[in-house]
Amino acid sequence: MATVELSGLVKQYPNGVRGVDGVDLSIGDGEFFALLGPSGCGKTTLLRTLAGLEAATEGTISIGDQDVTALPPGDRDIAMVFQDYALFPHMTVTDNIAYPLRIKRIGKSERVARATETAEGLSLGTLMQRRPSQLSGGQQQRVALARAIACHPRVFLFDEPLSNLDARLRLEARTFLKKLQQSLGVTTVFVTHDQAEALAMADRMAVMESGRIRQIGTPREVFQRPASTFVANFIGATPMNLIDAQLVSGRLDLGGFTLPVPDGFAVSEGDKVVYGLRPEYLSYSATAPTSKDAVQGTVATVENLGVNVLVAVDAGEHSLRAVLPEADEPALGSTAWLTPAPGRALLYRGAPPSSGELIGS
Amino acid sequence: MTAGMRASSGGYVVRRVLGRIVLYAGICVLTVFFALPLLWLALTPFSKHPSYQATLSGLTLENFRKLFDNPQTWPSLRNSIYLAGGSAVLVIVLAALASYALSRVRVPGRDQLLYALLLLSSIVTGTAAMVPIFLMLYQLNLLDRQSGVILVLTGGLLPAAVFMLKDFVDSIPRSYEESARVFGAKPGQILRHIVLPLIRPGMATVGVWALVQVWGNFLVPYVLLSNPDKQPAAVVMYTFYDAGGQPNFALISTFALVYSVPVVVLYLFVNKRYGFAFQGGIKG
Repeated sequence: MATVELSGLVKQYPNGVRGVDGVDLSIGDGEFFALLGPSGCGKTTLLRTLAGLEAATEGTISIGDQDVTALPPGDRDIAMVFQDYALFPHMTVTDNIAYPLRIKRIGKSERVARATETAEGLSLGTLMQRRPSQLSGGQQQRVALARAIACHPRVFLFDEPLSNLDARLRLEARTFLKKLQQSLGVTTVFVTHDQAEALAMADRMAVMESGRIRQIGTPREVFQRPASTFVANFIGATPMNLIDAQLVSGRLDLGGFTLPVPDGFAVSEGDKVVYGLRPEYLSYSATAPTSKDAVQGTVATVENLGVNVLVAVDAGEHSLRAVLPEADEPALGSTAWLTPAPGRALLYRGAPPSSGELIGS
Repeated sequence: MTAGMRASSGGYVVRRVLGRIVLYAGICVLTVFFALPLLWLALTPFSKHPSYQATLSGLTLENFRKLFDNPQTWPSLRNSIYLAGGSAVLVIVLAALASYALSRVRVPGRDQLLYALLLLSSIVTGTAAMVPIFLMLYQLNLLDRQSGVILVLTGGLLPAAVFMLKDFVDSIPRSYEESARVFGAKPGQILRHIVLPLIRPGMATVGVWALVQVWGNFLVPYVLLSNPDKQPAAVVMYTFYDAGGQPNFALISTFALVYSVPVVVLYLFVNKRYGFAFQGGIKG
């Protein structure tokens, strides 16, 4: 068990590209921490630098108050599960799980005993003599986890642990992984590009873009109050509505319709802002509602999402996305009124130099 | 119009049939051309009156008795095994280490270097470099020594062996080694535990290939070894002439058959065991 502290971490490649560009991060003991970002944002590089597979160009890494920046991976007391699991194809499940113990020069009988015990805990008991190629994707993943668990590290590092599983299995594995981490209580850092995965599993998460951390917080904080339009766009099953607006005589002019200024945002007359609202926080009505804050528009597309429908409504110069319950499914081309849910709208700075940032109160 | 079409399609069929006939006739001639020597090799050792002809004139095992009575037969085969085995082992060990390093370490101009070596290697064991190599071994005091022959042949085979093995090493995902590194494995352990077991089929392929190359090499041992006691079978076979200077067909054909058996057996064994294919990696 240990905390992980990164300060001023930079990983620069020989060609001058900065994979990680000044990251400060503090991960608590026993925390399940997600590094989330689009591909190429540096999240995997950060994880590999943390593991010691890449040397940090600047900054320090500490695990449990010990500076490990200069230590080789094997001396950092960590275990990593790779995206492709990296199971050794010429070894049986037992030998794979026992491999870290073999490196630590633990006797064969104890090795096998510990591997068997760990494997039993992950219901792999009947597969011990198989080769990795004889296992399903889900079983391979559990063997890789067992191998990481068997060496009792201070920190687990998971690189896209679920991306090699098919969609249904992924959901199962998500629950399994979260339960496992809770019962082991080992500090865990995992990398994912899937925002749903990060929201579902992590205790806290960091959203990364081009080598930098854009926001750190609990999944709820990041979902409800994205710190920038980038995070707002990236988090959520359907992208947030982000519309340029200007404060004109106390109301926001969004180009064709106006809305009231949401509570708690310090804006003044004439400010250019970006109005952000999740599609889930718009309610629909087929007739003009009493509220004057409803937006009137024409239904342009209707997409069936199963229990919900995703509707695009053309209003003014914009197209608003709204996720509605299936009972509310409007007819294509009909007139619709959309009302923002109170307290859900966010305002971001619209004009440079600090455009895209959440406006404080 | 219909008549014209029929005529042209008829012409097409005739041309096709004629083409086929010529093709198969050509294949037959080629097959006979290559099969005849093999037939000669299979029949002559059992023939009472061996000659240039591939006929079985009276079945006998007398030729084998004569061959094994010849005092040079067994020592020369033993020498062949020593030279081929020694070179193969050396080639495998050096090629495995070199291909791992070349696969994993980024050296500028690495591929060009490999191709250049590959191109030049055929010269080392070829005729062109024979004089300088002879002089070099003379200065190193390795003339008329089997170790000298092994070194020269190994040098000639290494570039191609590295080239072949590097393909096998390249196909091992880096995550295997990184995973082992995170668990604390040292480079030597990674090589022994992960890389070598995974490229074993490749090493077997390269080993057999090297063995066959050396087994069949005539020129290098012929030039570098003067003592008949040290010469391998390929060289000794060359000396099987009778008093009149005529080739001794009985001995030559029988020896040739005996000489080719180990290579064929080895090939079959390795092929059965490893299938000459890489079986690493995991399918999801």
